[in-house]
Amino acid sequence: MYPANVYLFKDIPILMKLAVLFSGGKDSTFAAYLAREHEHAISCLIAIFSENPESYMFHTPSISKVKKQAESANIPLIIQKTKGDKEIELKDLNFAIQKAKDKYRIDGIVTGAVESAYQASRIQKICYGLDLDCFNPLWQKDQFELLKDLIENNFEIIITGVYAYPLDETWLDRAIDKTFLDDTIMLHEIYKINPAGEGGEFETFVLNCPLFTRALKISDKKIYGKKNSWTMEIEVT
Amino acid sequence: MILLIKICKIPFHYFEFVKPIEDVLKKLNIEFITVHYNDLTSEMFSKADRVIISGTSLKDNSFLDDIYKFDWIKEFDKLVLGICGGMHILGLIYDGKLKEVKEIGLKTINFNEEFFGFNGETDVYELHNLCVESSEFDVIAISEECPQAIKHKHRLLYGVLFHPEVRNKKLIERFVKC
Repeated sequence: MYPANVYLFKDIPILMKLAVLFSGGKDSTFAAYLAREHEHAISCLIAIFSENPESYMFHTPSISKVKKQAESANIPLIIQKTKGDKEIELKDLNFAIQKAKDKYRIDGIVTGAVESAYQASRIQKICYGLDLDCFNPLWQKDQFELLKDLIENNFEIIITGVYAYPLDETWLDRAIDKTFLDDTIMLHEIYKINPAGEGGEFETFVLNCPLFTRALKISDKKIYGKKNSWTMEIEVT
Repeated sequence: MILLIKICKIPFHYFEFVKPIEDVLKKLNIEFITVHYNDLTSEMFSKADRVIISGTSLKDNSFLDDIYKFDWIKEFDKLVLGICGGMHILGLIYDGKLKEVKEIGLKTINFNEEFFGFNGETDVYELHNLCVESSEFDVIAISEECPQAIKHKHRLLYGVLFHPEVRNKKLIERFVKC
């Protein structure tokens, strides 16, 4: 009934040089993967490190871990630190994207935005101002479909944070696999938890995926938190 | 059958501007076919009960050079919904004029009459740098900047400048079911 891969039907592929706004979690990594599947060149990753834990825009683990991911993917990484104040964050993001444009002559930006109109519209505005195209390949994507796609495409992802009732520390260090998918379907039915975690319910970290040349290994972990807010700090090699 | 026409020049934009519309149709279990406007055939039109023309990215206005490829709109006697770039096309086919107007993000617009179940103040997601004005269409909704929903005065042609596949999926549901 539904034609398969209709988006490739008779289209003329136009290849672009793209930078990916990269957090090290499942969404931005899968967005990068889709860009490469469409034969675009990923010129660089851009990671923003906000000092504000409440940042509306950025959820990024420590710099060292993202560096390891970029190394494994063999893609240059632009690191931008920001104080995390709302408007300063946007200026810093603008600066980082401008840097990617100057250094790598990129044609556009890729993001892992799924639902957040706040995030998506601000990045769209920055791209428009810098005369860059903007790609949001996960935009409005069904959350269970996203998890299934990650599993089917051999993404190895672990849960590094949980921040909503009734999630607790037992969810930390879990892999996104079929059992995780089934459990989140149940959670969604009972508690309306967003299974892909874009509402901030879950933080994830990608240990391996088709973009990487080698899998990252967890060398150390520290768990802290209380009630329904838990974080697992990891070190990877 | 719904004929969903995509206007994206770069196939990678499919995920943002076409797939969310497909997902609405899949949820309703409605049969559809998605095709780029360069690949349309007369057989597709004869099978289609309705047509939806998608939007595309801010940087991708290449379809504006191909407006003559949409002349079929004047002959097609069933319902057509144009979304963003799709609305530009409807207006331009009927001698409309484009204006540079940029709106990005969530915005409240005002429907002055019922339009596929929406009426009065409504929050919508905007992503455009142009808008179209054509005297052949009645304006059903406006923002502070420009027409947001239009209906042809004599034909079954409807256009929305905002992206209903983001925050107003019901509009697409009602369009395909009405």
